[in-house]
Amino acid sequence: MKMVKIYIMGKEYQVPEGLTIMKAMEYAGYRYIRGAGCRAGFCGACATVFRKEGEYKLHADLACQTTVEDGMYLVQLPFTPANKAVYDINKVKADDKALVNFYPEIARCVSCNTCTKACPQELEVMDYIQASLRGDIQGAADLSFDCIQCGLCAMRCPAEIAHYHVGQLARRLAGKYLAPPAPDLAKRVKEIEKGVFDKEVKKLMGMSINRLRKLYNERDIEPEEEEEPKREAD
Amino acid sequence: MKIKKFPYYPGCTLKQTAKNFEKSAMGTANYLGIELKELPRWNCCGAVFSLTSDDVMHQVAAIRNLIRVQEMNDSGMLDNEYHLVVLCSMCFNVLKRANIFVTKDAETLFKINEFMDEEPDYEGTVEITHFLEILRDFMGFEKIKEKVVQSLYGLKVSAYYGCTLLRPREIGIDDPEAPTIMEELIASLGATPIDNHYKSLCCGSYHTVGKDKDIVARRTYKIIEGARENGADIIITSCPLCAFNLDNRQKLSKKIYPDFQYMPVLYFTQLMALAFGKEEEAGFEGNYIDPYPVLEKRDLIHNLKVR
Repeated sequence: MKMVKIYIMGKEYQVPEGLTIMKAMEYAGYRYIRGAGCRAGFCGACATVFRKEGEYKLHADLACQTTVEDGMYLVQLPFTPANKAVYDINKVKADDKALVNFYPEIARCVSCNTCTKACPQELEVMDYIQASLRGDIQGAADLSFDCIQCGLCAMRCPAEIAHYHVGQLARRLAGKYLAPPAPDLAKRVKEIEKGVFDKEVKKLMGMSINRLRKLYNERDIEPEEEEEPKREAD
Repeated sequence: MKIKKFPYYPGCTLKQTAKNFEKSAMGTANYLGIELKELPRWNCCGAVFSLTSDDVMHQVAAIRNLIRVQEMNDSGMLDNEYHLVVLCSMCFNVLKRANIFVTKDAETLFKINEFMDEEPDYEGTVEITHFLEILRDFMGFEKIKEKVVQSLYGLKVSAYYGCTLLRPREIGIDDPEAPTIMEELIASLGATPIDNHYKSLCCGSYHTVGKDKDIVARRTYKIIEGARENGADIIITSCPLCAFNLDNRQKLSKKIYPDFQYMPVLYFTQLMALAFGKEEEAGFEGNYIDPYPVLEKRDLIHNLKVR
């Protein structure tokens, strides 16, 4: 097995090549009590910063999605401290000033794009902050849609903006006030409230774990997007 | 008529408090055969130009927008058109000064390009152009005169320039001491230009936010009284911040000077919309002081469909 040399918080370790940063840290003897979640690049819990040997740039990515390289200096950031505005979404007016009123620091943005460079989801973070600044809630919601709230943008921002909270507010406002209502959803909520599914849920709750597992594995899966070639039944 | 396409930078304010400026500018530009193509991606210009010569970071925002103009040309959205049209005087001022700042200093430009390593290099090819310059230099006021369908004859209009369109001298679109570009526009629309001794006195700018609003209200009083003394009915301007100060702060001026009388403040494009018979695109609903009484008095809004 080929080994690579990495530095975890300054201390040198030899770890097998090809491991993710997360697995490499575990290999080196660290045990996660924070900073790890889905291990599949979706939850945003494992924000990591690192430098590569001979490079001045500081990189940012997810520990579960990035493989170690020889000479890598790294540390994980289990949490990003950032103030979150408190609001009652039912009382917020989705107007031009909504985002800048709750997060006035977005007006400090100098368009350096450092947030965008730090984003492991490859979002145009600076562009959604700029959209927020000009009151374009829908634009900010669309551009930030795939945000996983890892906080790396906020850690790197020289203007001390908490981008991911701004994007979240934009998406909430867009969902509540700008998107057309979803009639199917409203219908289903009514059905649930009426208790249409109570019997079925009760039945599920009474099942053994093995029966549940079997049911889950045999469930109907909706077909993938149409471009995918259909698998022939044999 | 052949449509002439220009890249267009709106700036944040034209998407918020100055929507009526953009709406009226778009309407009048289309009518004149000019298509203002908004940059597909843009960011705040920086709001104020940084005067610190080694403060390169605060030039990045402006220059990034200029790269977008290059990209529009490179992708074929534009046919070799590097005049970036700006409506907001403040954005015009910042973008033009930043452009000069980096193009006359190769080392600074190199530094900025290196920092923005995710973008193509800025090559210094963009020319920041105010929409008023397009009217004067590209169209010509004679041509504009021909396009008037409802002469504004009888309306007395005072131009207010403020600071950012004229100063500093090297970026100004006209003589910083005795500008005439807006007066020429007023005359071409059939209205009477009215001079104002205070037409390039600062309106108080950003004092309008915070505790010193009185500074703005006193200047607003001075500027509007200067126009009124010479007989003006209305004021036109090209800056959303000046417009906000001169328009919305009149209420406060009235509080300080009880003898003060309100005067409508329009964007020059709103006046053009009126003269081109495009009242529905003038966006008067966005003005704080209602311009209708004055326009009605001058019998100028009989075609008006929307009120």
